Amino acid sequence: MSASGPIGASVTPSAPAGPVGRLVDQFQSGLDAPICLTWELTYACNLACVHCLSSSGRRDPRELSTAECQAVIDELQRMQVFYVNIGGGEPTVRRDFWELVDYATAHDVGVKFSTNGSRLTPAAAERLAASDYVDVQVSIDGATADVNDAVRGPGSYAMALTAMDRLAAAGFSGFKLSVVVTRQNAGQLDDFQAIADRYGAQLRLTRLRPSGRAVDVWDELHPTSAQQRELYAWLSDRGERVLTGDSFFHLAPFGDPLPGLNLCGAGRVVCLIDPVGDVYACPFAIHESFLAGNVRDQGGFTAVWRESALFAELRRPQTAGICTSCEHFDSCRGGCMAAKFFTGLPLDGPDPECALGHGETLLAARGGQQVPRSSPDHSRVRPLDRACDESPLAGTALDVLLA
Amino acid sequence: MATAFDPGRAWALDPQVALRSERFGALAYHFGTRRLSFLKSQKLATVVRSLADQPSGHDACLAAGVAEHEMAAYERALATLATSGMIAERPSA
Repeated sequence: MSASGPIGASVTPSAPAGPVGRLVDQFQSGLDAPICLTWELTYACNLACVHCLSSSGRRDPRELSTAECQAVIDELQRMQVFYVNIGGGEPTVRRDFWELVDYATAHDVGVKFSTNGSRLTPAAAERLAASDYVDVQVSIDGATADVNDAVRGPGSYAMALTAMDRLAAAGFSGFKLSVVVTRQNAGQLDDFQAIADRYGAQLRLTRLRPSGRAVDVWDELHPTSAQQRELYAWLSDRGERVLTGDSFFHLAPFGDPLPGLNLCGAGRVVCLIDPVGDVYACPFAIHESFLAGNVRDQGGFTAVWRESALFAELRRPQTAGICTSCEHFDSCRGGCMAAKFFTGLPLDGPDPECALGHGETLLAARGGQQVPRSSPDHSRVRPLDRACDESPLAGTALDVLLA
Repeated sequence: MATAFDPGRAWALDPQVALRSERFGALAYHFGTRRLSFLKSQKLATVVRSLADQPSGHDACLAAGVAEHEMAAYERALATLATSGMIAERPSA
């Protein structure tokens, strides 16, 4: 799926001065239930985006059944999780996709799902337009077909625009046009806005994380520091009109914080459930180091959320290493845990894209060190490549897609 | 949807809003606008929960134990919730 910052909701603090202290401190120590979570329903996908953060492609035979998904939704209802960001893979390829969406909304769990648009038939668009409780985000990663298709694959731009045509024709206004900002599309922000305006959609820009397959392409795809600065200025000008899934808080040192919570909610107020029921701290951290448990375990999702040792650790005060002495620490808080992890940087230090350039210095000092890779990999690879699984080059076949 | 807040009138939580109790107060989520609000005090959460049972916003504040010197702050908080459509005016009984 495309990068989907977990907290997509607009945020209004409603606060007569109270004794509770700062909200970020409340959230840092974790809530009894997530505010929302990301749920990748399947690893199956008809596309093979080079930067897929869940390394999707093939369906996993251990995928949660319809009944198991419904049991998770029952738990989310009891915990009062307000909504789920459904992704994948391409979630609509699941035969029970609409059944699960209906089940969630009937059980007070709102749904926002990410799609490449391939299965958004006119009938599906009308169904979506009729529901207040279901939101959809269509992913494109280029405002032009050439820029988009180089990353998401041939024909994917036209496919997404067809889906948006159908949503607009069905009268669905305010759906989301979701874009992962890259070096190649960072100069197209106004063009993305124009596309969104044309469809009555809302633009959503999120950060490219070096997660999943993106670990192989991050060096070439992540925006330059000059682009980061321009992106920050562009977002600042637009305020709440452009959604960001709270994903650019590491840019706060450029000026005032952008709208949103501006904290890493991983394992504290958000998490990820993957297609086989594994619960990770966040959607950008599909790696055994961030695996908290499985919804099939005794006690289900609730027990994982409330009792996992990993989440307990994340909810303790964190050490920030050299960032502690930085005057901007309060706004950027050291940036994104997953971005650090998958670039091989220490977690208690600056983000690789630190606005002050401290990350770049560390990246340069890394040398040829191996970076961690997402452990589950459902990429569609040719049999020849599977035979090479033990080689350190395993998985690099994906680079071919960039050629 | 959003209406200007008059504490003398009768209010209620919008039917599309879910309120979840938290240590710090409550979280409110509007399923229609997908907006999240943080109610950063238990007393404010109590006020919002009791709106539907009280003849006016002001009465809801008094019933929840909001003191005179706190009233302006609580009415401002309710006004914010009215602006974002979390609470809506209801016909007086």
